[in-house]
Amino acid sequence: MSVDRSSRSKKILAVASGGGHWVQLRRLAPAFDGCDVTYVTVERSYRDQVGNAKFRVVLDATRWNKFKLLLMLFQIAWIMIWVRPDVVVSTGAASGFFALRLGKLLGARTIWIDSIANIEEMSMSGQKIGPHAGLWLTQWPHLAKVGGPEYKGAVL
Amino acid sequence: MIFVTVGHQMPFDRMVRAVDQWAAAHNRDDVFAQIGAAKYVPKRIQWSATIDPSEFSQRIADADVVVAHAGMGTILTAFELGTPILVMPRRAALHETRNDHQVATAQRFFEMGRLAVAMDEHELPEMLDHVSNLTAGGVISSSASPELIQALVSYIHQTDQ
Repeated sequence: MSVDRSSRSKKILAVASGGGHWVQLRRLAPAFDGCDVTYVTVERSYRDQVGNAKFRVVLDATRWNKFKLLLMLFQIAWIMIWVRPDVVVSTGAASGFFALRLGKLLGARTIWIDSIANIEEMSMSGQKIGPHAGLWLTQWPHLAKVGGPEYKGAVL
Repeated sequence: MIFVTVGHQMPFDRMVRAVDQWAAAHNRDDVFAQIGAAKYVPKRIQWSATIDPSEFSQRIADADVVVAHAGMGTILTAFELGTPILVMPRRAALHETRNDHQVATAQRFFEMGRLAVAMDEHELPEMLDHVSNLTAGGVISSSASPELIQALVSYIHQTDQ
């Protein structure tokens, strides 16, 4: 595996729902140094935390509200077409699941980091995203399996 | 100052009520709670339904101890700011959340020596009696482990095969 030194900076779409998902995504920020990052989350008030990075807000839908989920899917699709990311990364939950599925369809690299809160088993989204994630990670060594998810460290 | 928080998603009246009753019994005026869309209205402690993220961080930084649901956003923020934290996990059976992942979170981080746990509203008052003895389980840096950061950087920048 060699490192790409092409001049254009990579476009990254970094997606997370609110609360712990967002706090964990923010802790990954050093991995995006030198990249053109667009953050997508569900709380307008998080904008102050991303400095000069681009910032978009979508509906806060969960898998328990199908109509809201559908609207959120369209919002993310719109952002995806607009940004055309090289890489889509998410710490969950539903918003990130959609973003990775759409990103993969558009040829982006995809990274799923399941929340550190999921200690006994991966989240529902995290289990279903496996085949669509280029890098499919759990934050607990005991949840790693042959064939994925892998364990490559944690957000703390 | 004790800062109580239930996170941004759902109320957690069982915890807030226990803290409020404890504060009343001990004449404590130094408790502030963020309680969400709660049904229970605190009688003794100061409270607000919601607070914005910057105030949330500031209150955790200023607090002697944080008392919270076992949500990762709150736990990680307390770790980052080096404030001791006592958590009480939400229970699915009481419709406080959709599964019991907070129980596992509380137990695992307690075993790692990083936080204190009250399993329910009956344990909470006794834990609060000794709350001034709590210490932080070590401050963490503001970013993920170097191992995880490096794994992401490698994947983001690897050339197409």
